[in-house]
Amino acid sequence: MTNIVKRSVSILSAIPKEEYLLKCTSACAGCSSSLCLRYVLKAAGPDSVLVVPACCTSVLQGIYPGTAMNVPVYNIAFAAAAACASGMSDAFAKLGKKTNVIVYAGDGGTVDIGIQALSGAFERGTNFLYICYDNEAYGNTGMQRSGSTPLGARTTTTPGGKLTAKKDLDRIVEAHNPPYMATACSAYPLDLYKKVKKALSIPGPKFIHILAPCPPGWRYPSEKTVEMGKLAVKTGMWVLYEREFGKLAISGPSRAAMRRPAPLEEYIGGQGRFKNMSPEILDEMRHQVERSIRRLASEEAGAC
Amino acid sequence: MLTIATGNKAVAAAAKAAEPGVIAAYPITPQTEIVEQIAEYINAGDLASQYILVESEHSAMAACIGASVGGVRTFTATSSHGLLYMHEMVHWAAGARLPIVMANVNRALGPGWNTWAEHTDAFSQRDTGWLQVFVSTVQEAYDATLMAFKIAEDERVLLPVMVNLDGFTLSHIMQSLETVEIGDFLPPYHLPHAIDTENPCVYGPMTGPNDHFRFRWDIERSMRDARGVIAEVEREFAERFGRSYAPTEDYRCDDADVIVIAMGTLGKEAEVAVDRLRDDGIRAGSMRLRWFRPFPDLDLAGREVVVIDRDYSFGFGGVIAGSVRAKTGIEPYSVIAGLGGQEVTYNDIAGFVRDRRPGEETWFGVNEDV
Amino acid sequence: MYEIRIHSRGGQGGVTAARLLALAAFRDGKYATACPFYGAERRGAPVVSFVRIDAEPIKIYSQIHEPDLVIVLDTSIMDVVDVLQGLKGDGTVLLNSAHPLEGCGASCLHVDLTGIALARDLVIAGSPILNTPVLGALAKMGIVTLPSVQEAIREMFTDERNVQAAEAAYGGLKV
Repeated sequence: MTNIVKRSVSILSAIPKEEYLLKCTSACAGCSSSLCLRYVLKAAGPDSVLVVPACCTSVLQGIYPGTAMNVPVYNIAFAAAAACASGMSDAFAKLGKKTNVIVYAGDGGTVDIGIQALSGAFERGTNFLYICYDNEAYGNTGMQRSGSTPLGARTTTTPGGKLTAKKDLDRIVEAHNPPYMATACSAYPLDLYKKVKKALSIPGPKFIHILAPCPPGWRYPSEKTVEMGKLAVKTGMWVLYEREFGKLAISGPSRAAMRRPAPLEEYIGGQGRFKNMSPEILDEMRHQVERSIRRLASEEAGAC
Repeated sequence: MLTIATGNKAVAAAAKAAEPGVIAAYPITPQTEIVEQIAEYINAGDLASQYILVESEHSAMAACIGASVGGVRTFTATSSHGLLYMHEMVHWAAGARLPIVMANVNRALGPGWNTWAEHTDAFSQRDTGWLQVFVSTVQEAYDATLMAFKIAEDERVLLPVMVNLDGFTLSHIMQSLETVEIGDFLPPYHLPHAIDTENPCVYGPMTGPNDHFRFRWDIERSMRDARGVIAEVEREFAERFGRSYAPTEDYRCDDADVIVIAMGTLGKEAEVAVDRLRDDGIRAGSMRLRWFRPFPDLDLAGREVVVIDRDYSFGFGGVIAGSVRAKTGIEPYSVIAGLGGQEVTYNDIAGFVRDRRPGEETWFGVNEDV
Repeated sequence: MYEIRIHSRGGQGGVTAARLLALAAFRDGKYATACPFYGAERRGAPVVSFVRIDAEPIKIYSQIHEPDLVIVLDTSIMDVVDVLQGLKGDGTVLLNSAHPLEGCGASCLHVDLTGIALARDLVIAGSPILNTPVLGALAKMGIVTLPSVQEAIREMFTDERNVQAAEAAYGGLKV
């Protein structure tokens, strides 16, 4: 235990001091996606370009001519991020530049309107990193349901709670056999930092799916943002893992959580979006978590 | 080199000569031959572009946008539904001031499926901020595509250019084609606002009304400046390669009492109609509209005008007839003809002139007897 | 201007014949255009292609309604298509046939293109190749020159048997 803590601290101190996301964003208080972006950019460094479709990150950069961004950011239409990055990546290849091309997209722009472009770019073997930060709804339009909204969650377009399960984006991406893909969570910045570093060291299409809790959307107090992310992982609602050339490796925090998940109610109970959820829905959600844990655990153990 | 080629192959040959850094495209009838020919060039090692075979036209234009701002010359080609599918990105490309060149093989829109010539696809992109040129021969398809890169990339313009050619009628016809050694006709690609990680900039963030408004005015200012740039480039092209172009191609207009205005291949066929009318003592002329955006100044004072629209703006009228009326104050005889590849011969065009009724509109073969 | 309409069935090479003819005329120093009329492209369905040849640049894009010459690559089409429609009074018909056919007017020529192709095993996907031999017949008729035909075929095809087939049709056509 002591050793693990020491190692973490030493790596944490290795995170660059340089800031590429400046302290003047127009993000909401307690925004976890901007927290993630800060670590993503620290891992990527200054020779990087962000391609951003319509999402909360379009807003949090600030209003022209001001900006909170200290790397080039190319803002593009909702459905077009992966394709735009595709062209940019090929332009840099043509020019002999090693610049990182990173898509930073929300869940709506990834699992819904952007999924065709995402699939195309991965099928073509585009050399880029696609990061989906997932707050499980259309955030910057005021929390409408997306394909990534979980079962039972209330949004402005599912006032009675969503009746269908969250789209399994990771298995869709996995079907493209990318050389590297991972999940991450805003509450585990070091894990995220390392995954971005590793992803950018591998040529070809890479994918990182970050769970990014959202105080106004999930209806919890701003100061609970880190706690909410930790609970997602500890309850097994969100599993942290990496997949290098198809091979699955569960990440440390989830390894412990999967052995003995915290009660789901600890995660659900703190969020207004799950208020008044029926016991049946809660049961179904519990089954989903169990199925997901079982599937990943048995795959890692080589049982499937 | 003198050879014989289809309109599509001429476009591909011009794109090859321009050596784009990135080409991103998606096949669609009747443009597909362009995509295939470029693939052949690349496969044979005759063209060193990065060729992105995207999964949709929306992505084709998005990839061109990313590549263009990334710092390389880009090209794409589409048609009809493909153009409409990329519509959002067509606006984006102009707003982002990217000198992308796109060939659009004009084709009707569904339903029902019709793969033949019509100009509605291009005109539906009228207000996007793209320059649009319409060509009438295989040679012109080649020449206009080459010039499009130079016009688009001029710092006084920095707007994308769409080269339009009629589906099948021109895309698939074989005519003579003289390809050229372009030498330094096209300077190396230089985009003043290309992405530079040494000088990080944010592109297209949240923008308030005043700045947004100013950016839109900048587009219009460049569109106005483009007229002069087009003239310069067409002059230089003539000096270097011996073929002259102008915003309109005027044929026997000097002493004409009545002028036929049409676009694309119908504009060329109209010249034959003019010859026949002249044989019958009718002093007719033909003015083929080459540039649609920026719309040229038309000198039609004292003439009668017959406009053939291969398009229609429902609830308004023929797009070109309306434009001519707005720009000149002349009430033309508006003929809607050739939609969905409808056969329109020089005899038909001569008939439009003979039977002209200024201020009226006729749908050829549909309501002419009404 | 000399206007030619080619009738064939989808897959028989009528479109390529039109392109070869335009190329040969072009090599003769003339202007030429070749335009297939594209419909739904179905193998075996009747198709039509147009070729115009002139000393001056050609500005006409519409279909040919009054041809100087009608070429029929598959005479079975004549049961369903009026191939003579609009043929000029002094116009000519060229049939792919081993024998003369009734009812196609005075200036009706015939040559066995199918036989010429089969004799050289010029077959693609089960169908004899007709588009290269027909060029030889057109050279014999004086529409294009034989050297230009040979050149055009070599520009578009690598198999020399195509040139030989054209030469055989040149020799076989009686004008």
